[in-house]
Amino acid sequence: MRTISVVVALLLLGTHMPVVHAQDLEDEVAELRALLTEVQQNYEARISDLEIRLAKAEQLASGARREATEAFDIAEQTAIDQSAGTSAANTFNPALGAVLSGVYSDNDGFELGEAEVNLKADVDDKFFGNLTFAVGEEGGEGEIELEEAWLQTTSLPGGATLRGGRFFSGAGYLNEFHRHVDDFVDRPLPYQAFYDGQYKVDGLQARWVAKTSMLFELGAEASTSGETLLANFGGDIGASNSWQVGLSWVKTDPDALIGDGELALVDFVWKWAPNGNSGLRNFKLQGEYFSSEESGWYLQGVWQFLPQWRAGLRHDTVEDADRDSLMLDWSPSEYSRLRLQYTNDRVFAETDDQWFLQYIMSLGAHGAHQF
Amino acid sequence: MKSLLLLITILLLPAGASALEVFACEPEWASLVSELAGEDADVTIATTAFQDPHRLQAKPSLIAAIRKADLVVCTGADLEIGWLPLLLRRGGNPEIFMASDFVRKLEVPQVISRSQGDIHPQGNPHVHLDPRNIRRVAVALTEQLAAMDTKNAVDYNARLADFQERWSDALASWDQRVMSLAGLEVATHHRSFSYLANWIGLDIVATIESKPGIPPSGAQLASLLERLSVNPPVVVIRTPYENEKPSLWLNKRLSVPAIQLPYTISGNAAVTDLFTLFDETLRILEEHQT
Repeated sequence: MRTISVVVALLLLGTHMPVVHAQDLEDEVAELRALLTEVQQNYEARISDLEIRLAKAEQLASGARREATEAFDIAEQTAIDQSAGTSAANTFNPALGAVLSGVYSDNDGFELGEAEVNLKADVDDKFFGNLTFAVGEEGGEGEIELEEAWLQTTSLPGGATLRGGRFFSGAGYLNEFHRHVDDFVDRPLPYQAFYDGQYKVDGLQARWVAKTSMLFELGAEASTSGETLLANFGGDIGASNSWQVGLSWVKTDPDALIGDGELALVDFVWKWAPNGNSGLRNFKLQGEYFSSEESGWYLQGVWQFLPQWRAGLRHDTVEDADRDSLMLDWSPSEYSRLRLQYTNDRVFAETDDQWFLQYIMSLGAHGAHQF
Repeated sequence: MKSLLLLITILLLPAGASALEVFACEPEWASLVSELAGEDADVTIATTAFQDPHRLQAKPSLIAAIRKADLVVCTGADLEIGWLPLLLRRGGNPEIFMASDFVRKLEVPQVISRSQGDIHPQGNPHVHLDPRNIRRVAVALTEQLAAMDTKNAVDYNARLADFQERWSDALASWDQRVMSLAGLEVATHHRSFSYLANWIGLDIVATIESKPGIPPSGAQLASLLERLSVNPPVVVIRTPYENEKPSLWLNKRLSVPAIQLPYTISGNAAVTDLFTLFDETLRILEEHQT
């Protein structure tokens, strides 16, 4: 900059000198030329200097970024290594959960439901074990009932699983669920009539899931109660709908739970949620048909209209007896539920209006629920 | 009858599929598998951006999908505890890769009690919204893929190198943009954006759910409003699957924009892969920056 001002000043000086000699002019031109060359060289040197500095800065920056990245990685790895768990005698304890429930009904007053305790864990790399017992009272005496005690394979090839011990039979959609996840206070009439609420068997169950894009599953059970054959199909319709249909055939000892000892079942469930996002709103429609010497069925719909609120309607019937139930429940979290239910019961000659208030609370480990 | 059905099913089976079958719990991991495995893997995605990954059900289509899978790629840290264990006990025996095992978790709770809401004892599971975590997971996932499919191991490593280079370049440009976003005050619906906030330096001034997984009550919303009206956030952010109502309620009363960030792949139309996920997320935040 200074050089330029010198040049400009000299030029200005030149224009203010009216009389000049030729020799002086030539000297001045030479001087100016020399100055210009100097300016040019000066700038080139500066530019190249700047270029070098820029390249150095870039190199430094990328080096710094790489170092920062490496430092971040090392810090993260250290944190991950340090967070790796400590070992204690109870580290391998099974997952423990308990369910507490009770019902107040206008007919029978308050009844404390069975307290259900569940333990489950992988046994090793090949087996998974599950134990559920119910603690309750029968006629003033305390009792512990073994609900489930089964082992299941976890690594058989080809989509096969084997389950052995005491388990809920796979015959019927609702049968495999624990009572505390039911949508109504009591089981539907056909379950009460044919299964005494729940069909538990001591034996062996084999299941096989086909390698298809839709669910196709076959199963068979052999138990001290009899034999069962099962088939389940299911899939999605778009993102919002899922469905499942099941067929089962049960053969038992004629003096066991069921009419003449043979029972055919058809069940279906259809679930809808906008975009498949069931947390906010969803609808579930399910029904089952039992056919033996006698027959029975139920159909129920449950609508979750707000994140914590659901309403449901059910019609259930066996032969000439039938009922209608209406329920509303509130679940402050996934682990607690309060329910109000009204049932119009026409099982006996006289119509009976029943009101129920129920609580179901789940403590500790609470595993996944099946579809 | 049974043997006939069996025969039909065997005939319906796909003949000797050679590609690795991958079951991805969330779209972000499906996208990462596609980057690293290309044609060598067929990927099934269990959830969309519009489905809450905490609240999915073990539906029949997923039992069938996991039955076919050689590898399951999920988040872990108990995000999928409500449905994945059940799917895994229905006949499939895939290898399991949990992305969150390879990153440092934020918000690891000191007190583990359900009174604190639906907390995750291992820490916040929404790890994918920090691009530096993606890089770490990519390395571990490549090792897993290469170990399972040794004959294509060279391909996996080559794709990883390519991905790492593109990711580093992208990260460098995001890091530039992030500088001007640091300190931006936001309110969130759930703790879904903790890793994003940690990376950018967003200041999360409030979370609408006072306890994770439990919808806010009227009283909680009122006290939140009172607190925020003194010093309102610049923007209220939520994922595509979260309830929009509480955010919109705040938006109305505080006159602060309530916006949906893509959260994962296909969370909005512009997000087609992991690169566009961060491009879009930053673009939307930059739009609202004052």
